[in-house]
Amino acid sequence: MMQFMLLFSRQGKLRLQKWFVAHTDKVKKKITRELVTLVLGRKPKMCSFLEWKDLKVVYKRYASLYFCCAIEPEDNELLTLEIIHRYVELLDKYFGSVCELDIIFNFEKAYFMLDEFLLGGEVQETSKKNVLKAIAAQDLLQEENDEPKSILEEMGFTVSS
Amino acid sequence: MKKRDIFQSIMPTPKRLRDLIREIRSARTAADERSVVNKECAAIRESFRDEDNTYRCRNVAKLLYIHMLGYPAHFGQLECMKLIASPRFTDKRIGYLGCMLLLDERQDVHLLVTNSLKNDLSHQTQYIQSLALCTLGVICSAEMCRDLAGEIEKMIKSANAYIKKKSILCAYRIIRKVPDLMEMFIPSTRSLLNEKNHGVLFTAVCLITEMCEKSPDTLHHFRKEYELVPQLVRILKNLIMAGYSPEHDVSGVSDPFLQVKILRLLRRLGKTDLEASETMNDILAQVATNTDTSKNVGHAILYEIVLTIMGIQSEAGLRVLAVNILGRFLLNNDKNIRYIALNTLLRVVQADYNAVQRHRTTIVDCLKDPDISIRKRAMELSFALINANNVRGMMKELLHFLENCDQEFKADCCSNIVMSASKYSPNKRWHIDTVLKVLVMAGNHVRGDVVSMLIQLISETKTLHGYIALQMYKALSNDFTQQPMAQVAIWCIGEYGEHMFSTNVEDEEPVDVSEDDVVKVVEKVLSNNNSNEITKEYAITTLMKLSSRFTSTVPRIRQIIEVYGSSTNVELQQRSVEYTNLFSKFDHLRPALLEHMPLLEVHARSRSVMEDEGQEEENLLGGVEATNNENNINTMINPPVPTEGSSILDLIGNGPSKPDTTSGGGAVDLLDLLGDLGSTPTINNNTTPTQSSGNNLLDGFLSPEPSHTNQMNGDSSLCKIVAFSRNDLLVEMMCEKDTEPNIVVINVKATNSSSTPMSDFVFQAAVPKSFQMQLQSPSGTNLPASNQGEVTQVIKINNTQKTQLKMRLKMTYCQNGNTVTELGEVNTFPQHLWT
Repeated sequence: MMQFMLLFSRQGKLRLQKWFVAHTDKVKKKITRELVTLVLGRKPKMCSFLEWKDLKVVYKRYASLYFCCAIEPEDNELLTLEIIHRYVELLDKYFGSVCELDIIFNFEKAYFMLDEFLLGGEVQETSKKNVLKAIAAQDLLQEENDEPKSILEEMGFTVSS
Repeated sequence: MKKRDIFQSIMPTPKRLRDLIREIRSARTAADERSVVNKECAAIRESFRDEDNTYRCRNVAKLLYIHMLGYPAHFGQLECMKLIASPRFTDKRIGYLGCMLLLDERQDVHLLVTNSLKNDLSHQTQYIQSLALCTLGVICSAEMCRDLAGEIEKMIKSANAYIKKKSILCAYRIIRKVPDLMEMFIPSTRSLLNEKNHGVLFTAVCLITEMCEKSPDTLHHFRKEYELVPQLVRILKNLIMAGYSPEHDVSGVSDPFLQVKILRLLRRLGKTDLEASETMNDILAQVATNTDTSKNVGHAILYEIVLTIMGIQSEAGLRVLAVNILGRFLLNNDKNIRYIALNTLLRVVQADYNAVQRHRTTIVDCLKDPDISIRKRAMELSFALINANNVRGMMKELLHFLENCDQEFKADCCSNIVMSASKYSPNKRWHIDTVLKVLVMAGNHVRGDVVSMLIQLISETKTLHGYIALQMYKALSNDFTQQPMAQVAIWCIGEYGEHMFSTNVEDEEPVDVSEDDVVKVVEKVLSNNNSNEITKEYAITTLMKLSSRFTSTVPRIRQIIEVYGSSTNVELQQRSVEYTNLFSKFDHLRPALLEHMPLLEVHARSRSVMEDEGQEEENLLGGVEATNNENNINTMINPPVPTEGSSILDLIGNGPSKPDTTSGGGAVDLLDLLGDLGSTPTINNNTTPTQSSGNNLLDGFLSPEPSHTNQMNGDSSLCKIVAFSRNDLLVEMMCEKDTEPNIVVINVKATNSSSTPMSDFVFQAAVPKSFQMQLQSPSGTNLPASNQGEVTQVIKINNTQKTQLKMRLKMTYCQNGNTVTELGEVNTFPQHLWT
């Protein structure tokens, strides 16, 4: 089971964090800081895995973003690389050649995508098509919901109930 | 326009998320950023207080961004609850996202969450159900598990695959959190593996794996009742045999995620079950040979296959296949795959030693890998593969590795090389050469134990002493800044210096070296600022030893030593003064004192003892008492008894309740012996490093003459008692008052009146706690027959309370091949000794 996934930039700025195990905010911050430093400190010719406490950390860099997952000792590191890659592919399909800025400005969408792909630290859907279908359907649901409000908003009105 | 202004002054529209992100990103400094965030947080709080429903969603979204930057956002927790309760999908979506990010199972609001989840789990819109399931999968506290397990169990039976797969993973999380809840989910897993949907299949395998891990009974149940193994084999077969399916294909491999999960469950099922293992043999072989390995994903499957083959009771042929797969991994261009291979080989090397051994050359090649983590694994694996047959070749590679490897590996690598060398060395010379190379290459990275180990090894190897001394000299003259190497070299030169000039070892070029050169090198080490104190102490003692080994350089040596009489290092100063005395007043004793060290004994606890050896040697060689007391001049150089003494001390240090059976057996008896005398004995021994050197120094200056004459001429307070006489062994004691108050010196003399000699004679004594005793080294361990010789030993007793002395004795010796132990007690010490 994946324990957590972190996305951060080459400058060490956190872009996404998904925790499947309970930690306090303080511990989460500490772990994040520690791993960001560790991963950014690794040279490009080094392999994508490191042993960290009793977990295995698998990371991969896509353009300016690092995707970093902590998995349990029994888990398959090479397959985790595939999971990361699948997530990147999903984002890419959704945003259309995704870049760091897409994820910064639409971070909630990136979370929604992850929640359709993984659940509770395990893959829930191995078909790309199904994930994208579910996201598209939900986006549609959201638009239907929001339509009347956004017109008012553009006119500068606030609606009070 | 006007209307809008009025509206805004009453309730300004909150900033849009996009604008906030932009503003934060344009902040130049951290302080700027903080002020933007603080301002926005204040606005958000304000808006929350006003119970503004329209913009709550937007505000929470902004707060989530702020939270990711590391700012506190706990005040949004309740707002998330409100969003979840809203009927709008957008609100719920952000609300649940906020819950997952801002809450964890420790928050007290989670009763509220549980209620919302319960409502939404039965919502008619599947995407709202999905949001609730996803949140449960993340937060999932124990109470929540108990409260919602029933709902989840019903949802697993749903006909909707989208809901089904998510509920199955929730059940998986629930079981992980509260294993007691497992029972209720077992029936519903039955039909899951017949599903066609991969999402459902995948999650079902997850759930079943977790159940099997958690409970052996369930594992057994699944194996027998559900015929799980044939089912899984069938699914796996369908996966690899079925034609191309674009939906689940990853670079030509059909649903690798599912394949890997199934393989992992098979591993669990076949682990302790031969029948199950046999059922899966074929499919494992099939997957192993048919998987396309042009991409990472194929390797992921092969890696899992290897783990499964190694984890179950598989056929020998299959295991070889598995190790060979790893062998091929080692040749892969992808560093990740090489790392995995080494890591896995390291796990299986013990079980499949020969199969792994076949890939030795490839493994050794990985020592040169550009990736540091791969080099580290390769090093560990290489050491695991060394045996008597390949030790020469492997060592060559590893020594080469040691020379070029990263600093952080050096210490480990050295210790491992030294250990392997002593385990598998084909001969002494090779062994010593190897360790010597380690010393030269790794320099100051060598750990202390290596130094003492090598000295031990060298002293055992009589035939090579000259060769070693010469090699050491060469190494030392090249580089004397590496302390461990310098110490060994200096010690060898001191011990075996005279052999250096007479040595002719074939295949070694003769070296042109004179006594003068040698002394110069040692002097360099002694005077060099980079040499540490221990090395300098080794060096000064070596010079002293050389004074009896060399002929032409003695005056020069004396000169060098004298200089250190004013050294600021107390230890060096003391040695210098003692040695200078040895040149002048006691010159006739010098050769005898500086005899070769006898063979060092290997201790059962060799490691711990040897770490202290440097210090111990100093004491043995340089004992200042030698100049005080004629009786133990010879004995000072004789180590067996002193070491015995220190093990008694260790024992007492451990406390009498826990006798350490690994140290000298005699000492344990001695302790029993003391039981009668009451309290814990304190035994001081002159070889213990605890004795303050300051006292010794004074002794050396102030009292050599008096104590000397004391013993030569006898004294009025001298009296003689028979301490022990049985079976032809006679132990006599000459007691006399020392010049210091309360101190009594007892000269013990043992003789043997029988017709056969006694060997390995050891004399031990114990006194009550109120006394302090120093047992000095004996003059020897052999008692020739018919009183032809004797063993003498000096005991110093400090009787501060001036009470009657009682002493228990223990003597062991070997006669006619039998080991004899004698016990005795002495109560007849004359009173006047204490008054």
